[in-house]
Order: sequence, then structure tokens, then C-alpha cells
Amino acid sequence: MNIPVAATHHPRDTLLRSERFPHIWCPGCGLGIVLRSYAEALEASKTPLAKHITVSGIGCTGRSAGYVNLDSYHTTHGRAIPFATGMKLANPELKVAVISGDGDLTTIGGNHLIHAARRNVDITVLLVNNFNYGMTGGQFGATTPHAARTTTSPYGNYETPFNIPHIVAACGAPYVARWTTLHIRQLRQSIERAFEVEGFSLVEIISPCPQGYGKKNGYAEAVKEMDHFMRHAIVDHDADLSKVGITMAQDDPIVVGNFVDKKRPSYAAGRQEVLARKLGGSK
Amino acid sequence: MADEKAILTGEHFLKGNDALAEGAIAAGCRFYGGYPITPSSEIAERMARRMPLVGGQYIQMEDEIASIAAVIGASCAGAKAMTATSGPGFSLMQENIGLANMLEAPCVIVDVQRGGPSTGLPTLTAQGDMLQAHYGSHGDYESIAYAPSTVQEMFDHTVRAFNASERYRMPVFVMADQAVGQMSSRLVIPPAQDIRVERRSVPTVPQDQYKPFDSSQLVPPMAIAGAGYRVHMTGLTHDDRGYPATDPNTHEHLVGRLVRKVRENEKNIIETEERLMDDAEVAIVLYGSTLGPAWQAVQEARKEGIKVGVLRFITPWPFPRAAVERVSKNVRAILVVEHNLGQMVHPVREYASCRVQHLGCPGGRLITPQEILRDLRRLSA
Repeated sequence: MNIPVAATHHPRDTLLRSERFPHIWCPGCGLGIVLRSYAEALEASKTPLAKHITVSGIGCTGRSAGYVNLDSYHTTHGRAIPFATGMKLANPELKVAVISGDGDLTTIGGNHLIHAARRNVDITVLLVNNFNYGMTGGQFGATTPHAARTTTSPYGNYETPFNIPHIVAACGAPYVARWTTLHIRQLRQSIERAFEVEGFSLVEIISPCPQGYGKKNGYAEAVKEMDHFMRHAIVDHDADLSKVGITMAQDDPIVVGNFVDKKRPSYAAGRQEVLARKLGGSK
Repeated sequence: MADEKAILTGEHFLKGNDALAEGAIAAGCRFYGGYPITPSSEIAERMARRMPLVGGQYIQMEDEIASIAAVIGASCAGAKAMTATSGPGFSLMQENIGLANMLEAPCVIVDVQRGGPSTGLPTLTAQGDMLQAHYGSHGDYESIAYAPSTVQEMFDHTVRAFNASERYRMPVFVMADQAVGQMSSRLVIPPAQDIRVERRSVPTVPQDQYKPFDSSQLVPPMAIAGAGYRVHMTGLTHDDRGYPATDPNTHEHLVGRLVRKVRENEKNIIETEERLMDDAEVAIVLYGSTLGPAWQAVQEARKEGIKVGVLRFITPWPFPRAAVERVSKNVRAILVVEHNLGQMVHPVREYASCRVQHLGCPGGRLITPQEILRDLRRLSA
């Protein structure tokens, strides 16, 4: 009897630094799915792997750069986007992706996020949102739903979270998408598309955090949070982005989709256009 | 050799900040990431005009944190990169200065100092960031810093700062100040062939043999992003491959090497200038913009028969301890003159074997020759 080989190939064979495994992420964490989706999108990319660069900030997601077998840079907390900006400008041939978490990119690094979207530098940002600071022990941040309990909001979060696609789209990003770690095919395709878009592209990835956010909010088992995503996710590519903020309430949807995919001159194109007008020729 | 077309060889009458920008371009700088701040903004303005003309990039970031992050990113992608700022911006940059040290990313950071703390005196000079240039970021590290005293040195020292940063794979500081940054004076830019320009070494071994932080070398070659070496670089303590590690041995090994690459090369890095020290009984120790008033005071004092000379730190960091040790054996006293309330006087006291007196002011003005002369008279009495 021939036993069929279930899989002859896994992205980790070439694209992950498997000698560094086991990784540091908790059982049930969604980051493995994110990393795999990124790796699959890399395999599908027309850009040679040597020109793909991964830049991360600090936090659980920030460790992604350490596991990809590419030129990879693990920078300081919140500063992955400006680091990636400098890298892309210094060598426009590079395909620079930032993979980092919600705390890193929207809280301590929020200023850089909005300016990168406005400036429209040609980089891709994979923003993994697990609603809290995981690495430091599950504290609330700028994405934690109102009233959610965390280690620093023991009575519930007083604040209200950012609606990330709305902000980034308002700043002019030509590509904005959101998927959960349950939507693995759409996620991979979305990252592939983000690589192709000229300018700033952002994919928000909603991901379970059983040990942090999950434990204090009824999702101590990752499958429960994934189940919440499954029951509440609504695909709406044309959603009104002012209404896609996530509450994690039982009667509120998690709206996902490829929300924005438009043409807008990138930073490089805008620079070239101005310089050609003033100085003539290619600069 | 420097890029001939980019270099404005000849005589000029320029502001110090403009001279510094031309020095950077002559050294091969092709990436400027910055944020406007008085009294350094002329550097950004000139780089904004000049970068597109020499095939470089000027980007104005949203703050100084982003500026230094972009500079380090550009450096890792192979560019010679710089930023310029003043005290408040220099404070914001400190965390990523640590990152540049840890990634061993060459770059140049210019601080055109002004009166502080906080917003302080935006338009007036000071030298209050001198210890910050060594101890501003957390953890152990060594610094290389140049302190230009003239417009010509704003050009010359910036070239040397880039060379040192490329040679030792680390951030290097140009600690200028408002007085020297905004004074105008004659500048001679030499022909390209007379400007020595260094570049970081890059790996020549195959990818599977390359270790980005190979500790068998004091300064390992640096693979730039996109060259196919698949490097991992992290601000975490890391082993020779660049992989994070949390054991004390790896930490001591790494941080020890980062510190040793400066300490073991001190003789090649440190530069000082001595004037009239042969028969001096008192030495004025200074750096940067205090040279002008001090030199005037020395000439007056000599007329009065006071045997005084000058020891000037061209590189305040690494600290020129051998020069201080030697000079202090031959004089009765050292007078440290600086535009702060006591900074570089501390390492001077650490290494001097003679009496050390401090003459300072917290900035806002230059110390006058009369003040210096008054102290010289007291010291020689």
C-alpha cells in the first residue's frame, strides 16, 4: 500500500530559521499562522528573496524578524516603520515588510504609523493585533477594547481603542486590509497583494492571545477566541471604515476585508515628479 | 578617494553648519534623515538642497526618534547616513543610539549644542551635552566624538567622523555648538583626491560561512541588506550569528567587544592639539568653541609673563587620558574652560596629577578672554 505523503514542502524549509525553534510564542498564539502566511506570500512574490527584508519592533510579534530566513532587523520599540523607511529610501530595490504588534505600531509607534501612511513610502506593514501587550504580561494598550480586563486594567479598560483601518485609510494609505488568523487564505492573498501595491500597504491581522488578553476575558483557550472570530467575522470589502472598530462584544461584528486598494503616488514617485519639474532629468 | 563631482573644491565663505554639510557630502554621505531644530537647521536645509544633486536622499521625519531610526535603517541598507540636531533632539535619539551601537551600524550624529536643560536657549550656544555624548543611552558603550572649533573643522571633522564610523562600525558624534555652527568664516575645500574617504568592510566569504557579529574580529565585516547574506540583526544581546541570547557569557562577550573596539583603538582615534605647551606652567584644557576666547587670553597672559599653553581635545571621546596624564605632570595647574557647569572637567580630574580648576558658564554666551585671564592670573600667582 502506498502511503501518500501529505506534504512535501513547508515554507519553513527555506524561509524560516528552523534552527531557532522552538519559538518563544505561547501555545494557541496566532503568530505562527501570521509567519506562515507571510512565508507563503514570499514564495509567491516575484521579488527575489534576497531583496525581501523583514523589520520588526519589540514585543511578541516583534520576534518575527528573528525567525524568517531573510535579511531581518529587530529594532527598538515602536521604531520599525521609520527604520524600514530609511532602508527603503537608501535602496529602492528592497521589498521591506514591517511585522510588528499593535502595541508597538499603534501605541508607542503610533506617530510613525500615521506619518508613513501619509508619506506613502513603499513598505508593507503586517500589524498583528491581539488587543494587548503580550510580552510584558498582558497589559492594556491603544487597541484594547473598552472595559476589557488586563493586568493593568483590573476593573476594566477605561479607554477606547483605535480603529486601525479607519486611521490608516484616513492618512491616505493606498492599501488597507484586515483579516483574522482564521482567514488564512484571504490573509495570504492579502499579503501578496500588499507586496504588489505601490506605496504604503497595511494588513491588520486579528490574532488570539490566550495567555494575555484571552485569559482575563473569557478566551483562556485559544480555540475560544478563534471561535469568537468565526462567529463574528463579516467579510465586507466596501465597509464604512468609520464603523469597523472592534469591541469584542457578543453582539458586535468583526468586519474584515480588503478595504482599500487604490492608486496613489508613492513617496518615491512624488519626489521624482517634483525633482523632475524643478531640476529636470532623473535624480 | 571622494566623489569629485559632489565636492565643491575651492575657497568659500560659509557658515559652520553649511561647511559641516559639505564635509558630510565629501565623506560620501548620501542619506540625511532629520527634523528641524535650532541651531542646527542650516544643516538640514543645505542637505535638502544638495542631496538630490549628488544622488542622495533627504527625508524629513516626524521627529528625532524617527530620524535616527531612518538613519540606522539606511545605514543597514548600505548608505552613509547622518542626522543633525540639537539638545532636545539629541535626548530623543538616545535609545536608538544604543541600537546603532548594538547593530554596529555606521552613522554620524551631529549635535549643534544650545543652552539646556529642556528647551533652554534655542538660539544661544552651550556645551552641555558633552557627557550625554558618552553616557546618554543606557548600558555600557564607548563613544567617538569630534568637537570642531572652527568653520574649517566643521568640514574636516565631519569627514573624519564618517571615516571613523565606517572603520569601527558605530555611530560617531560631531559635538558642535551654536557658536561654531552659525559663525561664518573662510573654508577651503580640498580637491577630491586629497580627501581620504573610508568605507566599511563587507564580507567576501560565502553566505553559509558568514557570521555578522564574528567575535574573532574586533570589527567584523558588515553585510548590507539585500546582498544575499540573510543576516539577522537585533538590539537584543546576540551571539556571533546575530541570534538573541540571554546568558551572561554571550552578553559579556558582545558588549566587551563593542567597548574594546574603541578602547583598543584609542591611539588611532584620539586627536589633540597642543599650543605653547613646551614651557607652560599652566595648561588650559578645552574643546570646540572655547578655543577663540581662550587663545586670546593665552596671548594676553603671555605678555604678562604667565607661562600658559593650551591642550585642546579634537576628540573629547574617547577621552584623551594619555595627553591629560602627560600634560598634568609638566604643569602646576590645569584650567578646564567649557560652556557648561562642569562636564569634561570630571574625566580631566580623573587622570590629571596636578591641580584642576574649572571655568564654566551654562551657555547663552561665550566665556570671555577677561574671565579666563583672571583665572590664569590667580593660578599663576
